[in-house]
Amino acid sequence: MTDAAAQQSTNAASATPDTMAWDSRARRVMMIYLPLACFVLILLFPFYWMAITSFKPNAELLNYKQHNPFWISSPTLAHIKHLLFDTAYPTWLKTTMFVAIGSTFLSLFASTLAAYAIERLRFRGSPYVGLGIYLAYLVPPSILFIPLATVIVQFGLFDSPMALILVYPTFLVPFCTWLLIGYFKSIPYELEECALVDGATRLQILRRITLPLAVPGLISAGIFSFTLSWNEFIYALAFIQSGANKTVPVAILTELVTGDVYQWGALMAGSLLGSLPVALFYSLFVDYYVSSLTGAVKE
Amino acid sequence: MSVTTLPSRGVALRQPGWIARLFDYKPFLIVMCLAPAIGLLTVFLTYPLGLGVWLAFTDTTIGQRGIFIGLENFQYLWTDPLWWGAVFYSVFYTAIATFGKFALGFWLALLLNNHFPLKSLLRAIVLLPWIVPTVLSALAFWWIYDPQFSIISYLLVDVLHIRSTNIDFLGTPWPARFSLIAANIWRGIPFVAISLLAGLQTISPSLYEAAMLDGATAWQRFRYITLPMMMPILAIVMTFSIIFTFTDFQLVYAITRGGPVNSTHLLATLAFQRGIAGGELGEGAAIAVSMIPFLVFATLFSYFGLARRKWQQGEAND
Repeated sequence: MTDAAAQQSTNAASATPDTMAWDSRARRVMMIYLPLACFVLILLFPFYWMAITSFKPNAELLNYKQHNPFWISSPTLAHIKHLLFDTAYPTWLKTTMFVAIGSTFLSLFASTLAAYAIERLRFRGSPYVGLGIYLAYLVPPSILFIPLATVIVQFGLFDSPMALILVYPTFLVPFCTWLLIGYFKSIPYELEECALVDGATRLQILRRITLPLAVPGLISAGIFSFTLSWNEFIYALAFIQSGANKTVPVAILTELVTGDVYQWGALMAGSLLGSLPVALFYSLFVDYYVSSLTGAVKE
Repeated sequence: MSVTTLPSRGVALRQPGWIARLFDYKPFLIVMCLAPAIGLLTVFLTYPLGLGVWLAFTDTTIGQRGIFIGLENFQYLWTDPLWWGAVFYSVFYTAIATFGKFALGFWLALLLNNHFPLKSLLRAIVLLPWIVPTVLSALAFWWIYDPQFSIISYLLVDVLHIRSTNIDFLGTPWPARFSLIAANIWRGIPFVAISLLAGLQTISPSLYEAAMLDGATAWQRFRYITLPMMMPILAIVMTFSIIFTFTDFQLVYAITRGGPVNSTHLLATLAFQRGIAGGELGEGAAIAVSMIPFLVFATLFSYFGLARRKWQQGEAND
């Protein structure tokens, strides 16, 4: 007993210089704060650059000799005004919002039911169904877009936002199902059993017990879906032709990039405005987001 | 708490209608629950996947049904220097970008795992590059890489006086290749960092305390505790990252569209150029299908990563 204590104290003594050095303030600054500051600077710089370009008058934008490029001397709203009133940007925003919300609800509906069946109804082969859906996530859009384009044409959905709403769930459903299976797992089985004993039907149990308890999971799955569909590019590029039906990422690239002299101000303003909804939406639920991400990874 | 969410007694005693009773029949309920997800995935994923493989063996063009031509598309690709260039750049892009993302992301995760004020705010900020649509941040990079007005050139030439001329980031093959890789790493760091941070937090602090008592240095603690404990999650996150980097499309399409002189084509952008823009659906599908062997390899890698994890946890734990 005393032997062990003595051993511990000598070990602690030998470990002390190292711990002391680690705890010293200068070392902490060098090893943690400085690299962290560099990371934040580099990760955020493109956004700063995007923002500052959106508010710079053209004269300043292309003249680094007389104006410090890192600051704006006379900010202007001209680029944003041009974007909102001279281009179809509001229409693109509306289309993107419509597509993102539509595909999010469709995916949530499909994946909630699927996750419930796989995790709660437990049938023979349910792990394999789960694995199959999970594997679907690993099939990348870049392999599918060519045959999907012909499928979309066959369905008569070419150039329609409906095509995107129906196609996006192919990558949203696997992800959401995977996430929701984890959530359903965390809800105690006994609650459902009690309800069954009380004579509730399976649908009542799903609607009144399981779903309300899974709301945090549903929210994070919804945020993921919304961001992923807002972000999607290759399908929207391949399936949509007319300007009015384009989503923001595609429209900015194909409609705003014209001629030899790029309208950097308007382009950056478009990127900034196109990023804002996702960033805002995400910042509202950031805790869910980070915790569900870490939770999903832990699974 | 559970009591309030339970149906009240009156509701429970009411005779359920025939629909409700049908839904209580478990096989029916299971089929109904799985139908939307499986239906969507079959129609828009499994069927197109099969159709894509079929198209790869035909000479289909836009507006014209093709006929089966066997391996002709693949034979043609085998002799096509552009396809070989895309294979080379896809592998190169994936290798360098994945390495960069993981080295920097792991470092960032270790930094974020420390205690300091405003930690959760910082974690949220750090995720931004991953949240914002790729094409929109790619446009910002396009502007940052502008041949005349690049802010990087300005820093190097006018502020630091390291160079005398602007860098032509996107106009020459190798600088363009590395510019794209840098943008890809920038975008990938947050996801890697947050995922690995989650892994770091599952490691019990008592392991580190024990190692400290035994006099292990910081490097030894990292090498013999952190790294082995992180292997399973590293394997999974890396598989995802490899798959999505190899099949990347948006970043390259937005910044260079495969140029200059086709030096930055990934297989996905080449497939788009031939299949959709060029109208040669069969050939484009063949290029897309040629990505599959690589993806199968990456998925097997993931499988063995998971298997290893089970082995580490021990059988009793599962």
